[in-house]
Amino acid sequence: MEDIIIRMVNIVKSFPGVQANRGVNLEVRRGEIHCLLGENGAGKTVLMSILYGLYKPDAGEIYYNGEKVEIRNPKDAINRRIGMVHQHFMLVPTITVAENIILGQYPSWKVLNDMPAVYEKIEKLSKDFDLDVDPSALVQDLSVGEQQRVEILKALYHGADLLILDEPTAVLTPQESEHLLGFLRQLADRGLTIVFITHKLEEVMQVSDRVTILRDGKAIATLNTKDTNPRELARLMVGRDVLMDLKKKEGQPGNVVFSVRNLRVTDERGLLAVKGVSLEVREREIVGIAGVSGNGQSELALALAGLIDCEFDEITLNSTPITKKDFARLNHMGMAHIPEDRQKMGLILPFSVSENFIAETYRDEPFSKRGFLQFRTINDYSKSLVEKFSIRCGDVEEEIANLSGGNQQKVVVARELDRRPKFLLVNQPTRGIDIGATEFVRQQILAERDAGAAILLISTDLEEIFALSDRILVMFEGKIMGEVPPDYSLIEQVGLMMAGKSAVHA
Amino acid sequence: MNWVNFRARLKKVFRSAWTPFAAIPIALLLGGGVLLLAGYNPITAYEAMWQGAFKDKTAFTEVLIKATPLMFIGAGLAVAFKCSIWNIGAEGQFYAGAVMATVVGIYLGDLPRFILMPLVLIVGVIGGALWGMIPAYLKNRFGASEVVTTIMLNYVAIYITGYLVTGPMIETKGMFPQTPKISAAAWLPRFFPPTRLHIGFIIAVLLAIILYIVIFKTSIGYTIRAVGINPIAARYAGINVRKNILLAMAISGGAAGLAGSVEVAAISYRLYQLISPGFGFDGIAVSLLVNNNPLGVIFSGFLFGALRSGAEVMMMTAKVPSVLVYFIQGLVILSVVAFGAYRATTKEIEE
Amino acid sequence: MDLLPVVIFLQSILAATWRMATPILYAAVGEIFSERAGVLNIGLEGVMLIGAFAGYSVAYESGNLILGLLAAIASGILSGLIFSFFTITVKANQIVVGAAYNMIGMGITGVLYRVFYAESGRALSLKTFAPIEIPFLSQIPFLGEVLFKHNIMVYATLLLVPLATFVLYKTAFGLSIRSVGEHPKAADTVGINVNRTRYFAVIIATTLAAIGGAFLVLAYADQFVEGIVTGRGFIALAVVVFGGWSPWGAMGASLLFGIFYALQLRLQAMGNIMIPYQFLQALPYVVTVLVLIGLTKRRVQAPKALGVPYK
Repeated sequence: MEDIIIRMVNIVKSFPGVQANRGVNLEVRRGEIHCLLGENGAGKTVLMSILYGLYKPDAGEIYYNGEKVEIRNPKDAINRRIGMVHQHFMLVPTITVAENIILGQYPSWKVLNDMPAVYEKIEKLSKDFDLDVDPSALVQDLSVGEQQRVEILKALYHGADLLILDEPTAVLTPQESEHLLGFLRQLADRGLTIVFITHKLEEVMQVSDRVTILRDGKAIATLNTKDTNPRELARLMVGRDVLMDLKKKEGQPGNVVFSVRNLRVTDERGLLAVKGVSLEVREREIVGIAGVSGNGQSELALALAGLIDCEFDEITLNSTPITKKDFARLNHMGMAHIPEDRQKMGLILPFSVSENFIAETYRDEPFSKRGFLQFRTINDYSKSLVEKFSIRCGDVEEEIANLSGGNQQKVVVARELDRRPKFLLVNQPTRGIDIGATEFVRQQILAERDAGAAILLISTDLEEIFALSDRILVMFEGKIMGEVPPDYSLIEQVGLMMAGKSAVHA
Repeated sequence: MNWVNFRARLKKVFRSAWTPFAAIPIALLLGGGVLLLAGYNPITAYEAMWQGAFKDKTAFTEVLIKATPLMFIGAGLAVAFKCSIWNIGAEGQFYAGAVMATVVGIYLGDLPRFILMPLVLIVGVIGGALWGMIPAYLKNRFGASEVVTTIMLNYVAIYITGYLVTGPMIETKGMFPQTPKISAAAWLPRFFPPTRLHIGFIIAVLLAIILYIVIFKTSIGYTIRAVGINPIAARYAGINVRKNILLAMAISGGAAGLAGSVEVAAISYRLYQLISPGFGFDGIAVSLLVNNNPLGVIFSGFLFGALRSGAEVMMMTAKVPSVLVYFIQGLVILSVVAFGAYRATTKEIEE
Repeated sequence: MDLLPVVIFLQSILAATWRMATPILYAAVGEIFSERAGVLNIGLEGVMLIGAFAGYSVAYESGNLILGLLAAIASGILSGLIFSFFTITVKANQIVVGAAYNMIGMGITGVLYRVFYAESGRALSLKTFAPIEIPFLSQIPFLGEVLFKHNIMVYATLLLVPLATFVLYKTAFGLSIRSVGEHPKAADTVGINVNRTRYFAVIIATTLAAIGGAFLVLAYADQFVEGIVTGRGFIALAVVVFGGWSPWGAMGASLLFGIFYALQLRLQAMGNIMIPYQFLQALPYVVTVLVLIGLTKRRVQAPKALGVPYK
């Protein structure tokens, strides 16, 4: 009989409005790399959070090393040698690496007098596994990749037998991802069991021994990786035969609509995050900016939207030079902006759907007359947008917080596109939304291009960049490394540029 | 508006409106406990309070008089709180308005009535608004927390008033630390002499209604609410957050200043050291009790007016210290927030 | 010119400085724990008032200052439990609850004081903690007066600050506190009970604030007066920010305020100066505002999760 380390039986978990897990069964063998594959919202993270003690399942049983267990909290999980590397790192930025690693491991009254021993142990592990982690560094001074290594080291420090990683490659370059996958293989060879959450088929094929596919909160199948292929996985994952075909027409770029020369932006820590970026976007053209997150894209977008201070030689919109004073009015000069975090930046959550639709236009006729909001007009307008963008919501006066992520994003997209912008700045338009909404949003962006808009698309999802862009710029540490046409055969080169190698030949 | 819609709306109103009615009995109950502890009979005390507030027409008009500054201040604070600006400085802004009104009422006392009367109110608004805009400016320019600065400016305003009424503006006889009376031309009309009910009450109700309309029906109000809920998204939508912080503080400070000038022009006719018995703090409770809805402030202002007015009578007849009112107000706020949390959880369950 | 009056003036101010800083320092050091854990308590003023009243009434009735102090501590723990319940368990807005708590403190101490003391016709003063003159050191000219003739509660701050620093930076508990105020989710995922940690931090804060309040009646003035705290709870909030959320910083900031309090009192006592006394009284509050203005360029930032309830 095979050695089963984890068996989860009939796990059910629901949250207000969502049924995340509807009776999931999962078996993981000791020493294997087991992928959990599924779309956003399929229930992968919830399932693993239950295993890690972050959520209590509504029903279902967990067997660990053959024994029925109840994992009440993360401490339980850690004590049972389960470690988890979350998608958003769970590190406290203002304390040191070593402090993060011992955090929560001692009783409260313990005096921290054994730090030298802790340092030593960290250094030893760091050397053993070739992780290159400095225990005395403050986490806030570390790069994303280093923080991930700290997370892994944290789990190893606590003696994890089972390591769960939630979409670990989302924040890495293709090369870094490659390295990580190799590292995980090494860990598995040393006897660790690894559960790897992902929605990327190639990663599954490349790294896993077995794969369990989750869809709509249910485990659809568990397969031996060597007996399957990406096509089958995709079909199982989505529930139908799709290879997203956007039917992108050849772009026909016209005149330059937007251009910027030598943009410099300092981030909140006072460091130069954008180091002299120049680019131009033409009408009927999508320019994609690829790059690992944290390489200045956010700051670039914020600056172009006029939300943080920046320096530049020249910016033009429709051949009109823009000064800093104009930034506050860019909305009224034909620019629209789909921000990267819809809940934080794009929407006002306790407001209704219709109130969110008018967030930028509420002061203008016909929504406002002599300062008074015209509710009937606003509602009629909102209803028309809801229909046009097939947004699922009860009523336009419903609180937007009640909508699903995909529908919330559609509200933002509808609001921005309906203004018929000449220049559209899009940042991470499909992050965290389901595949149906993703397809819809991408199609809308393409339609907007064909209608004549100039579009600057920032995304850390290479697939998205290649699918939509007419030209691709690669950003690394605040600089544009070069330009590449959207030819899938060049994806490796793009990957190298994302890691800082200049374009050799485009 | 169709019937279903109307019903849904009614349901929504009820859902948010029951909390004050549940909060007050609880607060009175706990207040009664303290009274017991202090050796009083709570029933006698509360009866004295009720009598004090509603015994006869005069008592009732006194309630409305006490409610007037609370409505002004509460309605203004509702705007600030909706904008998530924690103005704890209405007390100081009240003083600023009262000082300005007194200065104009005394030194420009020769102006004709139709100019002087409105002028006194207007300078009160300006005084309060400016005093309120100092913390707003400090927050915008230096990131100084308005919670601390508004409180500090309360003390400063009270000490400045103390200085004025003992120093440069002390009445000529110099008997008491107070100014002489302001010119009779600045006095606000009273309705039913000999009661003291004055036109300020009507102005307060109007202000509450106007601020309600501003907050919920106009684009300015949309802006203020948006900034209050999510300042980051508001900035993305092109809203000038700093301007709105300034505006919200100007409105709430102006309303408190107006309360101060009305108090001078209609009740005391002069300035003295402790002209406010803590209206600025009562106003916080007034606004919070009705979830910062300016229209609701008419109700909660009346309620706390009755409480305060009744408490003063209670102090005279039953010898119960009127500071008890503070205790009850504090408990009312805590009950309201507790119910608010309860509402949030039940709502989640419903979904 | 004769230097002696100047020296005496300076000596009297500096001697009062530490004493005036003490109540603020207690409250501020406590509030550092609370804010580091992510809970902002603007109700400190009310907590101090209740602590002062509890300390006074028990010390007065029992004739024992230590019992008074213990009563103040008990009241502080109770205040902390109430404040925590509403802000952490109920997850209500911290500023709203703090404002309410100030009213409660003002109301309840006012009622009880008037009923049991103000109108009782009894003599109300109690014998406060006496200054302890440190042998030899207190004989040093100038310094002796300034540093070595204080009462036990003043000296205790010399213990309080290093102890607080030690707990905050050198114990597992301190590490937990600093984590839950910065990134509570991260703390949660390694098994720290965020809300329980915050309860403890808040209770530490209110207990120290109550001690600070009790200082005012047991070791400074010899009786309770309504509103005796006069804004020190709010000033403590500013001191926490000014001190960069560190106990030693808070000590420095409190001493700064102590100087202004002492100066104000001394100038008032002199009587024959040109400045109206109300301006002097307003001085600490104006300084607080100025101090907050001066902080803009500083790198020290407030804990990230300050004011945000968890889950």
